[in-house]
Amino acid sequence: MSAGMKTGSLLSGAEEPVVRFESVGMRYGLGPEVLSDVSFEIAPHSFQFLTGPSGAGKTTLLRLILLSVRPTRGLVSVFGREVSGISNDALTGLRRRMGVVFQDFRLLDHLTTYENVALPLRVQERAEVSYRAEVVELLRWVGLGERMHVLPPLLSGGEKQRAAIARALIARPELLLADEPTGNVDPSLARRLLRLFMELNRLGTSVVIATHDYGLMDLVEARRMVLAEGRLRVEGP
Amino acid sequence: MSDVRSPARTAAAKAPPAPEPSLPANLRRNAPLVPTDSAASRALAAVIAILTFLAALCAGAAEIAVSSAGQWQGSVAQEVTVQIRPSAGRDIEADVKRAESLAKDTPGIAGARIFSKAESERLLEPWLGSGLDLSDLPVPRLIALTLARDRNPDLPALRAALVEALPGVASLDDHALWLQRLSTMANTFAGIGIGIVLLVLFATGLAVVFATRGAMAGNREVVEVLHFVGADDDYIAKAFQSRFFRLGLRGGALGAGAALVTCAMAGLLARMWRSGPAGEEIEALFGTFQIGWQGYAMIVLIGVIASLVTAAVSRFTVRRFLR
Repeated sequence: MSAGMKTGSLLSGAEEPVVRFESVGMRYGLGPEVLSDVSFEIAPHSFQFLTGPSGAGKTTLLRLILLSVRPTRGLVSVFGREVSGISNDALTGLRRRMGVVFQDFRLLDHLTTYENVALPLRVQERAEVSYRAEVVELLRWVGLGERMHVLPPLLSGGEKQRAAIARALIARPELLLADEPTGNVDPSLARRLLRLFMELNRLGTSVVIATHDYGLMDLVEARRMVLAEGRLRVEGP
Repeated sequence: MSDVRSPARTAAAKAPPAPEPSLPANLRRNAPLVPTDSAASRALAAVIAILTFLAALCAGAAEIAVSSAGQWQGSVAQEVTVQIRPSAGRDIEADVKRAESLAKDTPGIAGARIFSKAESERLLEPWLGSGLDLSDLPVPRLIALTLARDRNPDLPALRAALVEALPGVASLDDHALWLQRLSTMANTFAGIGIGIVLLVLFATGLAVVFATRGAMAGNREVVEVLHFVGADDDYIAKAFQSRFFRLGLRGGALGAGAALVTCAMAGLLARMWRSGPAGEEIEALFGTFQIGWQGYAMIVLIGVIASLVTAAVSRFTVRRFLR
């Protein structure tokens, strides 16, 4: 794949950003500020990388978008909704519109690969028969067709990665957050997974991929959000 | 990347429904979201079983006491006693006959049985010992009156008639004080039984609170992942509730089952011993030493309640924990 491939940035002026940060600061307890005065927007249907050296605050920024931590200062809006003081029900509603791939996968060890991937649909209390075909097809597509009955402790790092990605995609999220999604796979599979994210983006999902793999980023002409020493710089289109 | 096929979602959107893909025969689906098989789970099931067993035994014992008291009350309430005291210068036999005829003439008295002098003296044997000559003692005589089941006799009128006809000699005992004490004792037993059952259920609830909090702490990552994939608090609470309800059901069934077997065995042994002299004494004290179908139903109900308490308490605890 050649560099300079265009991503589907289809932002129209009328559409509300999927995520908006205004002067956001974040510290854990009494520690130093991990993020300082971070302001940015993620447009609908956009594709971007979040990059920076290890410990720069990429995971914290993703956790802020995921609403698993609250900012120390500043405003965070997700899907047009300012999230300070948000109710639990509304929080659940927002999370159902997101998919997330954790750096450490966070697969549930007592559930099979199939059950892990089906989890976002299952917690919506959908009948298993209504999503079975979809889950199996996605598992086969990510190369886990023969491993769907296996428990995560028996999967390799790459297989866990793919299972985590499949779980994030299965509910067709409007926003996909992926923390080092290609960190444990070989370059060929990394490119294939990247292609999957781009395909998803073309179908309308906003994608944020946190990575420090410059080789991967060079494959796609996309906006880069660069975090360094807690501050954010935006590069690219 | 030319070998990349379309992602699954495009396929899922196509018009005709795809034939259901074949799944491995051993594929597990919809397993419990909260891991169930752990040493803590087994320990909690054992605690619930033991507590249910104790609660069910208490309930069974209270049931035996109350039903025995009911039997005693039933038999005692069907009789009243006339007492004729010896008096200087009076013929006690004539007084007894007079009292019997007065009693028989009273409507609602079904029968009268005079205790002979020998029978009256035998009643004193437990206190004075046997083989004594009691002829010199002024032993009162008794007449046991059986009440008709279909109509209530006018006992105050009979008492007044006896006092008028045999002043200072005859008295009527309708066992009201004894019945009242018996009723108080039965109510006390029932109250103690209910109290112990409530305490045991409360203890079960507390054990479940601690176990649930432990399970929540032990499954913090599971809870976090469930939140991230879009589960709300209620769904997570239901997942824990379902796990603990199953544990409670298992513990409750074991405890109640053990209590049922114990009660049935006790009844069987009591029947076997009934023929001997000890059996008669036990039966005199405890009635038939058997719980009826109400008792068995109560034990089963306690097992069910223990399971429901487990489920409700775990759900409540999870909701509080997540808040």
